[in-house]
Amino acid sequence: MPFIPHTEEEVRQMLDAIGANSIEDLFDEIPADLRSFSLDKIPEGLPEMEVAHLMHERARKDSNVHCFIGAGAYDHHIPSAVWEIATRGEFYSAYTPYQAEASQGTLQLLYEYQSMMSALMDMDVSNASLYDGASALGEAILMAIRAHRKSKSKKILVPKSLHPAYRQAANAIVKNQDIELIEIPFESATGKTSLAALSEYAGTDITALVIGQPNFFGVLEDVDGLTRWAEENNTMTIAVVNPLAMSVLKPPGQWGDNGADIACGEGQPLGIPLSSGGPYFGFMCATQKIVRQMPGRIIGRTVDLDGKPGFSLTLQAREQHIRRSKATSNICTNQGLMVTAATIHMSLLGAEGLARAAAGSHDKHRKLVSGLSAIEGVEVKFDSPVFNEAVISLPVDNATVLEALAADNVLAGFDLKKDYPELGNALLVCATEKHSAASIDLFIEKLGALLAS
Amino acid sequence: MLIFEQSSKGRVAHAQSPATKASLDDLPADMLRETPPLMPEVSEMQAVRHYTRLSQKNFSIDTHFYPLGSCTMKYNPRACNSLSMLPGLVDRHPYAPDSHSQGFLSCMHDLQEILKEVTGMKAVSLSPMAGAQGEFAGVAMIKAYHESRGDMARNEIIVPDAAHGTNPASAVMCGYKIQEIPTRDDGDIDVDALKEVLGPQTAGIMLTNPSTVGVFERRIQEIAALVHEAGGLLYYDGANLNAILGKVRPGDMGFDVIHMNLHKTFSTPHGGGGPGAGPVGVSERLEPFLPIPMIDYDGTNYRFITADDRPQSIGRLSAFAGNAGILLRAYIYARLLGRQGMTRVAEYSTLNANYMLKKMKAAGFEAAYPDRRATHEFIITLRKEAKDLGVNAMDFAKRLLDYGVHAPTTYFPLLVPECFLIEPTETESIDALDNFVEAMIKIREEAETGADRVKGAPYTLPVRRLDDVKAARELDIAWKPAE
Repeated sequence: MPFIPHTEEEVRQMLDAIGANSIEDLFDEIPADLRSFSLDKIPEGLPEMEVAHLMHERARKDSNVHCFIGAGAYDHHIPSAVWEIATRGEFYSAYTPYQAEASQGTLQLLYEYQSMMSALMDMDVSNASLYDGASALGEAILMAIRAHRKSKSKKILVPKSLHPAYRQAANAIVKNQDIELIEIPFESATGKTSLAALSEYAGTDITALVIGQPNFFGVLEDVDGLTRWAEENNTMTIAVVNPLAMSVLKPPGQWGDNGADIACGEGQPLGIPLSSGGPYFGFMCATQKIVRQMPGRIIGRTVDLDGKPGFSLTLQAREQHIRRSKATSNICTNQGLMVTAATIHMSLLGAEGLARAAAGSHDKHRKLVSGLSAIEGVEVKFDSPVFNEAVISLPVDNATVLEALAADNVLAGFDLKKDYPELGNALLVCATEKHSAASIDLFIEKLGALLAS
Repeated sequence: MLIFEQSSKGRVAHAQSPATKASLDDLPADMLRETPPLMPEVSEMQAVRHYTRLSQKNFSIDTHFYPLGSCTMKYNPRACNSLSMLPGLVDRHPYAPDSHSQGFLSCMHDLQEILKEVTGMKAVSLSPMAGAQGEFAGVAMIKAYHESRGDMARNEIIVPDAAHGTNPASAVMCGYKIQEIPTRDDGDIDVDALKEVLGPQTAGIMLTNPSTVGVFERRIQEIAALVHEAGGLLYYDGANLNAILGKVRPGDMGFDVIHMNLHKTFSTPHGGGGPGAGPVGVSERLEPFLPIPMIDYDGTNYRFITADDRPQSIGRLSAFAGNAGILLRAYIYARLLGRQGMTRVAEYSTLNANYMLKKMKAAGFEAAYPDRRATHEFIITLRKEAKDLGVNAMDFAKRLLDYGVHAPTTYFPLLVPECFLIEPTETESIDALDNFVEAMIKIREEAETGADRVKGAPYTLPVRRLDDVKAARELDIAWKPAE
């Protein structure tokens, strides 16, 4: 019996102690007419060796690709130590640190995580994680509505240049609470959020403005200008940023005159493998002033009975297990293990290592884009500085190009046509520090050959 | 000592980043960061040693008996981790085309089918990232269903007083009012009270079965009929699915929508607080509203089902496809167990709980529902000990840590005073269960000779009881260097 230790004799001994004849007797409170059904579609169990064969075979089918897709998930170097330690049983198989004395490892690590994340964003406080970047944006919008007491409109300005899936997820999460997400267009020449379009809303009651940095196109937004607009219009700002990029770009806490109010985003670039889109982790930072409106777990440093420093869950009166229907969010289980990995990752790289990884990644991206744009008919779409990722336009149907290159195991980028038909045959392409020069050359060569044919 | 306090200015783990920093001269200076963030500056070995030593300050399933009620802390097979991290799976980009994703998609599709079969539901979406998000998705589907029928007056969700806090919190996120109903002394829902609150304003009811008080809701079919007659739908909180896996199915009980906690029932890691996975299953009438993406199979190829296929979907709840790597772990676990293994999960977790309950009763501890079968978990109340010995449930919990046992869930559900919710799971041996009971007996003996010894516990852990009031009042949640 896989993972069940009982011997036949022990089962008998236990049933005798209970006073039951069989295990089946223990289910006698379940109405009998609910007990007949078949589980035929579930296969028989397999020993580990056979499951391993099966999984190796399936994994092999998806292997050996040259992937130039970013679009919110980035393949950066992860030190071996990160997952060696994160998957130690003491981290891997513990749970939410309800018993603080027996969870000081996880608690201290989370406190260190909150400290690192606050520093990276240059914000006062951080929570201990949310699910992912997109759902973190949904939570940030709900938080802004709670925190901005003077605003009654529940209107949130969301740039069209923000990740389409983030906009969809945020909408799914907030739409049942009478919240209106208003789309702000981008300038067709620069790919930046249009300040002119924003000015339409000047002087009206807007609860918050969302600002992506870099935005979905890789384009760097005028974060200072956008934040100042929000400050002048008594609107809160929600920054949605790539955390690795913040090691080299101006962080949300320094935007405009007073900094963003909330910063959130996808933690994946900090030591989390691509893994088909999850598990990743959403991060969220904020100013001290609104910490009590934050969703999710928060760890505090305190002392024990002997005055020795220690760590525990704090501000729990915000949370569902105490406040129930009046909680700041329904979130309970978060993404603890991913944060464990990210904390080890950030410690191993430090500020210098993170900046080198970010710059190295950007450098590979520049090499890719310069090679691609040298191909006749291929152009860089926007006339703006970008980070790590860019939109290129093709002279032919992009779906055909993607399919043809995929046949050679080159995944040539993210197809923008469905979400942004106005961009024509556009691809969002990305390279990171992990891409070899040979892999980048292969992409350039294959695309060149295809377009020449 | 914090990792920051081990820093030396300028120290870098050189093997882990490019040797030099590439130029960023294509970016405008006013967009760049001027001062680096305050991060640790340590060697690779320092970081490895620090986090290894921190890990040793945790209780975990791999190191301790962890009978945390309602959390299903069972053994997490190592194969589930290593096989889910095979190259090809761990480095698959979420937007890789279906043509290069058949391996991954086939696992997801197979998992959908297994979960449908074992819960008796018509269709499953794997995308919610934890139980609470599954609850949100479920209630949002109930809302979308009523609205699709033009039935706009239904603005209430009924929740028993014993429910998990996430239930009312999730319903409120969907814009509903909460109607609470009481639990009877025998642990079942008060059906008369339910009848009184049902009406044209009822959108649905959220139930856990077995309930959070550790017993099977015997009148579930009657409850389902009543709610359906009133035009409401039934939501099943899958927190306790471990108790009935393969023995009885939520779909057969009459539930319209359920979520499953794969980090409980399908043994994916709890990770110090996640990641979880909270797939949702539905009856036929809710199928159009399931969250995207899902996986379709036409007999030859697997592909993602998107918003184009499901215009009535409540939408997507994550940027990509939920906690895919956790879903892979659950799939591997399901293949290791197979059909019979799943049924054994319910059988042996129930056997363990009933054995422990019997031993606890025999040792003189008071069961909260003495005339009921335990399911996979049970409740004891320490009100007598609190009154007679001055030692409450929290004191017992803290002292248990000294005996090398993680404490059960304490003070939940809220309606039982001084309670322990104890869930041993099927992967524990009789010895671990006996040890727990013996530790409880010893702690009570200690308390009988004077409460202070127990009230001062724990003594053997890295810290003693922490000052939570100070933690909240003098908020220190991010390290800053001394001025």
